[in-house]
Amino acid sequence: MQEGAVTAGARHSIGLETFAPVGDAVEVSTVTSPLAEVAASNATLRAFLHGLPGVDQVGADARAAMLGTRSIKTTAKASAIDLAISMVDLTTLEGADTPGKVRAMCAKAIRPDPSDLSVPHVAAVCVYPDLVAEAKAALKGSPVKIASVATAFPSGRSSLEVKVADTALAVAAGADEIDMVIDRGAFLAGDYIKVFEEIAAIKAASGEAHLKVILETGELVTYDNVRRASWLAMLAGGDFIKTSTGKVQPAATPPVTLIMLEAVRDFLDATGRKVGVKPAGGIRTTKDAIKMLVLVNETAGDGWLSPDWFRLGASSVLNDLLMQRQKLTTGRYAGPDYFTLD
Amino acid sequence: MFEYAPAPESRDIVDIKPSYGLFIDGRFVDGSGTPFKTINPATEETLAEISVASPEDVDRAVKAARKAFEGWSALPGSERAKYLFRIARIIQERSRELAVLESLDNGKPIRESRDVDLPLVAAHFFYYAGWADKLEYAGLGSKPLGVAGQVIPWNFPLLMLSWKIAPALACGNTVVLKPAETTPLTALLFAEICQQAELPPGVVNIITGAGETGAAVVGHPDVNKVAFTGSTEVGKIIARTVAGTSKKVTLELGGKAANIVFEDAALDQAVEGIVNGIFFNQGHVCCAGSRLLVQESIYDDLLGALKRRLALLRLGDPLDKNTDIGAINSAEQLAKIRELSNIGAEEGAERWSPPCDLPDRGFFFPPTIFTGVAQSHRIAREEIFGPVLSVLTFRTPAEAVEKANNTPYGLSAGVWTEKASRMLWMANRLRAGVVWSNTFNRFDPASPFGGYKESGYGREGGLAGLEAYLDV
Repeated sequence: MQEGAVTAGARHSIGLETFAPVGDAVEVSTVTSPLAEVAASNATLRAFLHGLPGVDQVGADARAAMLGTRSIKTTAKASAIDLAISMVDLTTLEGADTPGKVRAMCAKAIRPDPSDLSVPHVAAVCVYPDLVAEAKAALKGSPVKIASVATAFPSGRSSLEVKVADTALAVAAGADEIDMVIDRGAFLAGDYIKVFEEIAAIKAASGEAHLKVILETGELVTYDNVRRASWLAMLAGGDFIKTSTGKVQPAATPPVTLIMLEAVRDFLDATGRKVGVKPAGGIRTTKDAIKMLVLVNETAGDGWLSPDWFRLGASSVLNDLLMQRQKLTTGRYAGPDYFTLD
Repeated sequence: MFEYAPAPESRDIVDIKPSYGLFIDGRFVDGSGTPFKTINPATEETLAEISVASPEDVDRAVKAARKAFEGWSALPGSERAKYLFRIARIIQERSRELAVLESLDNGKPIRESRDVDLPLVAAHFFYYAGWADKLEYAGLGSKPLGVAGQVIPWNFPLLMLSWKIAPALACGNTVVLKPAETTPLTALLFAEICQQAELPPGVVNIITGAGETGAAVVGHPDVNKVAFTGSTEVGKIIARTVAGTSKKVTLELGGKAANIVFEDAALDQAVEGIVNGIFFNQGHVCCAGSRLLVQESIYDDLLGALKRRLALLRLGDPLDKNTDIGAINSAEQLAKIRELSNIGAEEGAERWSPPCDLPDRGFFFPPTIFTGVAQSHRIAREEIFGPVLSVLTFRTPAEAVEKANNTPYGLSAGVWTEKASRMLWMANRLRAGVVWSNTFNRFDPASPFGGYKESGYGREGGLAGLEAYLDV
């Protein structure tokens, strides 16, 4: 088992390599990068991840709390609200999701506020794989992307074959983005190479679709783990790192988002490859969303302040953003009945 | 680019009078010296005219304190506690007003006066209110000293007032306090709070003026206890003045603290700690981490991260809620910072500041770091008391200790390592009153604060802080 893992891992390198999406056989080009040898074995991967600088929890919490005191008013607030709306991955991930529910959400994604057409569309909708086709039809001709969760979301407790098939189906149905979950059990057991190979395989199965790697930080618990999982996901080829499924509490806390932003910043410095960040779960108010933008601005920098590099995984936050936007434009709050519930 | 729009705190919340008298025996009275003006260092506008206490005024204040001492010290501790709790609550209720006034008079960012100074001020009164009826349990007896003469600095005007007044009153002493001449306003508003709390007249007396007034307080024969926070230079003068008298003295003086970063430190948080260590309150902090000692093996990484972080600091209007670095407190201090910085460059250290637009009015100095600093450079020896960091390197823990202790000061130190055994090893060897472990500039009323060597003597805060105000 260990033998096999080492051999498989040795084929991977990271950086600008391309994965050919041919079933479960992963072909990797031999482009060298500064960290090419990191994933040669579980031992090298472990040595690398545990060699990253530690995170002091008290200090990280304090930094996130301080950034939470930034006061974003007037013109800055107006532009932040529009930016936040354009970054939303409008999400429904319920057992009770139906085609009707998805169609309604897609309509809102394209035109969040029917009474004000200056409101930007959201970045994407996020649904389960079996509803991707429904979303695809509903979003036809719009610039809104379709993200699909995959890989036995939310627990990730299945075989690699099932996860790859899950991903392939979502891509075939038209998903532009795949939100996969990592195997937290393997991560916590120290089997980093397994997590790495799974991400690499899903990346291959995703083909052209962008891969967001959900770390489920609420289950990794320590900030050191969040940093290591972030690097692991980036090394394995993830295009985005995402905090949470939304099914586990705590989800996208400011300090966890801060640590992931530090990771993408440092990864770009180390490898030249830029990776996006998506906090998801627990972002409910405009204040929460703006705090996230402040974290981006003062951590990774304004290079990440675009829907290409930063997303907000949420559903209820959109109406609050719309309400605050209207308050800024008109000076008054309309009641909640003036904003559509989809 | 995400530009934050101006977010100024309203200054209308605080009502500044055109002129202030001295607070003696529960009333505001005119001083007999020539009044002076206190200005807003961010704009150089005059805020108010301040009375100057002559030696005669000081004598009246000490007499009022002496008269009040009899009744105040005879009160049961639980009764004194009630007054202190009441003061603490009023401070909390009026904290926004006090924070704005502090930022106006001192130049510190409103974020700091609001989130650091004011919560700590209230916490100190609450903490020592709790001791007032429990002095017997502290093991130091419960006999107060009498009249305390207290002289405080301009860097944390109201916080230093609370460090002085709260333990003094809790122990049954009465006080004559002189705030710094550039920052008298929050102390004078505190005098109004004493009236509001119906504190018996004479228990707290606030007199204003410059060095001569302070000297008159310290030298007054009927003062039993002298407490001073300020420069080592003035501290030495005070020590000479009180030598041979029965006065009890505590001095909290200058510092040149080492902030020591090991190669296994949590790098991002260490960078935050370095920034907080030296750029908090424009570096006007006696315990500021003004000497950064970096393990040579991580020097490049750490310096790169630190410079990137410094470029994010927001310097400007102290009342803007997003300002990180406010105004230097006075033209005189600004000149001193400039002078020492120029000396640093002349001595061969490399000077660096991030791109930073300084406002065209007021006293401002950009965050500055000096690299290539040697122990022999003046910027590594002398307290600059401004936003200027000297960076040195070390190779081994023993060398870090040696360099950290190689200073006439010994107020504080910081150590950054993820290895607990090394942390304890370092803490046992650093000759500094406070050693911060993976943090810097954290304060708590329960934690004693004070210096080794020329950083002073005596402790303020915590149980140890009671000793300074009891006849032990």
